[in-house]
Amino acid sequence: MSGQAIAATASPSATPARAPRRGPPLHRRLINVRRFLVPVLLVILWQLAADVGLISTRLLAPPAAIASAAWELIASGELPYHLLVSLQRVAIGLAIALTARVSLGLIAGLSKLGEDAVDATLQMLRALPFLALVPLFILWLGIGEATKIALVALGATFPIYLTLFGGIRGVDPKLLEAGRILGLNRAEQIRHIILPGALPQALVGLRYALGTAWLSLVVGEQINATAGIGFLVMDAREFLRTDIILVGLVVYALLGLGADQLVRALERRTLAWRPSLIREA
Amino acid sequence: MNAIVELRALSRRFHGPASQPVLDRIDLTIAPGEFVALLGRSGSGKTTLLRTLAGLDPVTEGKARLPQRRAVVFQEPRLLPWKPVWENVALGLPGSLGATRGHALRALREVELAHRAQAWPLTLSGGEAQRTGLARALVRDPELLLLDEPFASLDALTRLRMQSLVGELWQAHQPAVLLVTHDVEEALLLADRVLVLAQGRLIEDVSVPLPRPRRRAAADFDALRLRLLGALGVDEDGNDAAKAA
Ligand SMILES: Nc1ncnc2c1ncn2[C@@H]1O[C@H](COP(=O)(O)OP(=O)(O)O)[C@@H](O)[C@H]1O
Ligand SMILES: [Mg+2]
Repeated sequence: MSGQAIAATASPSATPARAPRRGPPLHRRLINVRRFLVPVLLVILWQLAADVGLISTRLLAPPAAIASAAWELIASGELPYHLLVSLQRVAIGLAIALTARVSLGLIAGLSKLGEDAVDATLQMLRALPFLALVPLFILWLGIGEATKIALVALGATFPIYLTLFGGIRGVDPKLLEAGRILGLNRAEQIRHIILPGALPQALVGLRYALGTAWLSLVVGEQINATAGIGFLVMDAREFLRTDIILVGLVVYALLGLGADQLVRALERRTLAWRPSLIREA
Repeated sequence: MNAIVELRALSRRFHGPASQPVLDRIDLTIAPGEFVALLGRSGSGKTTLLRTLAGLDPVTEGKARLPQRRAVVFQEPRLLPWKPVWENVALGLPGSLGATRGHALRALREVELAHRAQAWPLTLSGGEAQRTGLARALVRDPELLLLDEPFASLDALTRLRMQSLVGELWQAHQPAVLLVTHDVEEALLLADRVLVLAQGRLIEDVSVPLPRPRRRAAADFDALRLRLLGALGVDEDGNDAAKAA
């Protein structure tokens, strides 16, 4: 029955536990507090260890120093500036990856010919760790923005393509047949059946893609940059400012978390029809 | 003549031109507004015949003349889970979504589902999902309505309600209907004419001249039931007649 449609469109990994939309019950909130307890304790211990001289503050800045460095960087406008540069690189790279691979995913997913032409090629390329292409990219594109954006685009590419391709192939052919007899033409079938059917998988891919996009950004920004979070970190290294380096790391972590939350919010909005979400609503 | 469906020597094979045909030179005409039930054992080719009438499969041997407006209700509801019920009903109708919404809601009202118009399909019960499928078919104002065992996976009570609903909708809209079923009583309750498919041939073509609404207990109902059960090769107790003989 309709359960089949779900089995076909939603992979198990696409249904992580989600927080309810609004007003979590008290015990859930307490659990959330408990989850932060250990990290907060560790930070306090770290600060204490630095204070009593157990950790060399030259090698690892204590939390208080990191916080004040962060504050200075924010107040001076440096951090926002570099953050913006980095975000722009990720945004452009992701946009390129999305357009390129959604079209390729559609071509490969929708026709046997497309699959033979596109899929085999991409699967072969996938075997190559994309960071190994850095030297070539530098030769081709120089050490400017182009290389950084290309790295982000390439890194984000495969997860998006692979999950979209899988998602499209997983769409229940019975639904397509129903669409055909309801008078949908090919374009309407793609819009109403194939793309929504592939969406749960594609969003999983998007989440992976964001992860690898950050990874490529870190690598790209450390090659040779004059702006961006990576530059901030590399620059701080020259002056042994471990506090600033750690601020950079924290920003990377927060960016990763934020991206993940973004995709989750997107999932909640676009996948509201799925039973796991319906029950929580 | 004014038949709405006309099949002439229609055959269908799945494994090459020399293989055993699943449908073997079928001749069939259906008049406008006629309610035809198609009986047959599992695997006898009922769905294959229905798919041909739906225009879902190509006609390679024989001839088929079909009406323009055809609608199908499959055994599984085949609703798009990512569209609310009313958008499923409106899917594929000409015009914008806003323009078709009224039609969809009217069709949902007819199957007594207006209150579920905004619901997600995966929250529907089996009967509600099949009624949505019915509304989706009816909203297209079909000349030929094809029903492939639409009640088979429903519980007995829901099935009874769905049967009478289909009867009412047929009388209100007067499409020609082909109802595929393996339930002899269901066929006799609803149809003007009952066909039996076996070994790729239509071995029975029985008119049902009983007045409506029909009663299972009537004597002539029972006589027809026994005849059809015989054609299906099953005796009254459900034993396989061929084996018993
Ligand atoms: N697409 C197909 N390819 C190969 N064989 C098929 C196909 N569809 C149906 N058949 C075969 O045709 C026969 C009739 O199937 P079907 O029409 O589904 O029977 P029914 O609906 O009466 O149970 C079965 O033996 C089935 O295996
Ligand atoms: Mg069947």
